[in-house]
Amino acid sequence: MIALILTQARTKLGHFGHRVLTAASTPIFIVLGVIYLLASVVISVANQGTLLSLDALDTIMSRSVGLGIVAMGQTVALVVGSIDLSVAYLISVGAVYSSAIMQNDPNRMVIGVLAVLAIGALVGLANGLVITKLRVNAFVATLGMSFILSGVLNASFQNYSGAVPDQFQTLAYGYIGPVRVPFILLAAVVLGVWILLRYTTLGHHLYAVGGNEEAARLSGIRSHRVIITAHVICSITAVLTGLYLAARIKAGAPWIGPDSHYDLESIAAVVVGGTALSGGRGGVWGTVAGVMILFVLDTSFNSLQVNEFLQNVARGLIIIGAVAAYTYREHRRRR
Amino acid sequence: MTGKTSAPIDRVSMEVTETSTWLRILRAARDTTPIFLILLALLVAIHIQSPAYNLVSIFKNGAPLAILAAGQLFVIVSGEFDLSVGSLITVVVTMSASISKGDPDKTLMVFGVMILLGIAVGLVNGLVVTRLHVPSFVATLGMMLILLGGVNYITGGTPLGDLPSNFRTFGRDEIKNFPVLGTLPNSIIVLIVAGVVMYWLLHRANFGRQIYAVGGNARAADLAGIDVAGVRTLAFIVSALSAVVAGILLGGYAGVSVQVGKGYEFQAISAAFIGGAALTGGRGSVAAAIAGGLTMQALFALLNVLGYPQELRDTVQGVIVIAAVAYASYRFRRAS
Repeated sequence: MIALILTQARTKLGHFGHRVLTAASTPIFIVLGVIYLLASVVISVANQGTLLSLDALDTIMSRSVGLGIVAMGQTVALVVGSIDLSVAYLISVGAVYSSAIMQNDPNRMVIGVLAVLAIGALVGLANGLVITKLRVNAFVATLGMSFILSGVLNASFQNYSGAVPDQFQTLAYGYIGPVRVPFILLAAVVLGVWILLRYTTLGHHLYAVGGNEEAARLSGIRSHRVIITAHVICSITAVLTGLYLAARIKAGAPWIGPDSHYDLESIAAVVVGGTALSGGRGGVWGTVAGVMILFVLDTSFNSLQVNEFLQNVARGLIIIGAVAAYTYREHRRRR
Repeated sequence: MTGKTSAPIDRVSMEVTETSTWLRILRAARDTTPIFLILLALLVAIHIQSPAYNLVSIFKNGAPLAILAAGQLFVIVSGEFDLSVGSLITVVVTMSASISKGDPDKTLMVFGVMILLGIAVGLVNGLVVTRLHVPSFVATLGMMLILLGGVNYITGGTPLGDLPSNFRTFGRDEIKNFPVLGTLPNSIIVLIVAGVVMYWLLHRANFGRQIYAVGGNARAADLAGIDVAGVRTLAFIVSALSAVVAGILLGGYAGVSVQVGKGYEFQAISAAFIGGAALTGGRGSVAAAIAGGLTMQALFALLNVLGYPQELRDTVQGVIVIAAVAYASYRFRRAS
């Protein structure tokens, strides 16, 4: 039935409509819309306010920024057929070191940001090198990196350390015109990764290596460089999330990344958005929808006062269900 | 697992058993990773650094991780992951406490319930992976969220009830006046029994050969008549049951809390890899996985003895896991 509606809409909307409707990420946006509407109805029936207001949307978007940024990097890692389990502690590294370096001094903002971005790039480089040159499986390599970062962080910092200056908090609370700065930050990262994946040679190479590394290598793509670059990009998005969180809560602490389970959450958002764990397929818009689905559910559960632990149960079921639906479609298509 | 389908594999194993036992042991010693030597070196280092340190306690405290690593190995050899074991441990410990409420007469019943629970969790993991074709990473991650959410919901975050003493005896107590060692902790006996059972399953039974076949090349195994989905599902059940046993041991000396199993899934995977399991499936041995778990425990003890902060455990664990897998993959490339 949906297919029929889509076909009819396609003929009416012309070329642009056709492209939108045949895009791989369209079904996930339909799911997002349905969930959003359903949640709004349930919430307004239960008299717990409304999800349809601009305010509510604003809340959902704000909470999505941190996860959204790192999920973009995770998308790149999964597209190339890799995975990054080190992002949670790298987020902490970004937040802790930026606030520890800045020490509430506006003059140290630039050096703080640059230092943290450099750390991110280095960690990504290390991940990429271990995976490609030492041939360590990406899961184990980044899990190991996550342990390494965790130990260093927890041995050097106990709790909040240093502080970011007020000016830096613009990143989390400021406005440019009517638009919040964090939304601009998220939009910039999303657009950047979208352009990278869709319109650059590197983007095409990412998909090629993710689809079949051996074939990509034999057709002249330097697959190792592509994988390393993917991990550098992923790690940089992780420290960006760290910078955003530091701006949001004024100081970094070792637990802020792992406590919110950014590693598993970012992977969940990406796979709910339709990017395959096996690599070579998926993209930015699916992940955007995946992140928003997770937060629409969160927000609705919260306003319906569903027990927080039951929310976790529901989340587990939804993640499994979403991936099962994708693989079911994939299997049917192949037949 | 009918006799008919596994006939070609049986014939191969016949040839192996015909060669002399000593040759086989020598060959096994050459083929296994140097994990046993590393474990021995660590124990010696601890003893030199601190002669008073009770080395038996490393085996006692490392038993749950070692059992968990061996169980995880079944899943890894079949080409999958099980991230749900840590949360299953938490469920076992907290639910055992709230069901038994410290009543020793209920221990046997609780064991039965927990074993059934383990079978159920493994079965669901296996079915979601094999029938719904959900990657095991996602499937068992979802199971982890469901189990943790469920146990927190039921207990409200603070589990009530005690574990009966005859439940805790497996992890906590020890046999006094044991020759040579002085004392023999019960958990070591449990480790040996579980280890022998799992060794037999993976290295002697048809099931084990089928797991290796599935992990090595699922398509080929399927064409050879192996029930790939069934074998994978059974591997998940073994892993879940190892978590139940580990939970029963941990219930003996760790307190009843919703944190008790935290982090064990990644530790078990690390231990299995330190022992030399290949992620692409198809390689690894139970003894090496157990040694991997004990090695991690010995390493933590050594850091402790040397006076390093607790937090550095994680860093060392990370370096070791990466180094172990890098070494294994180097050996694999050189061999092929």
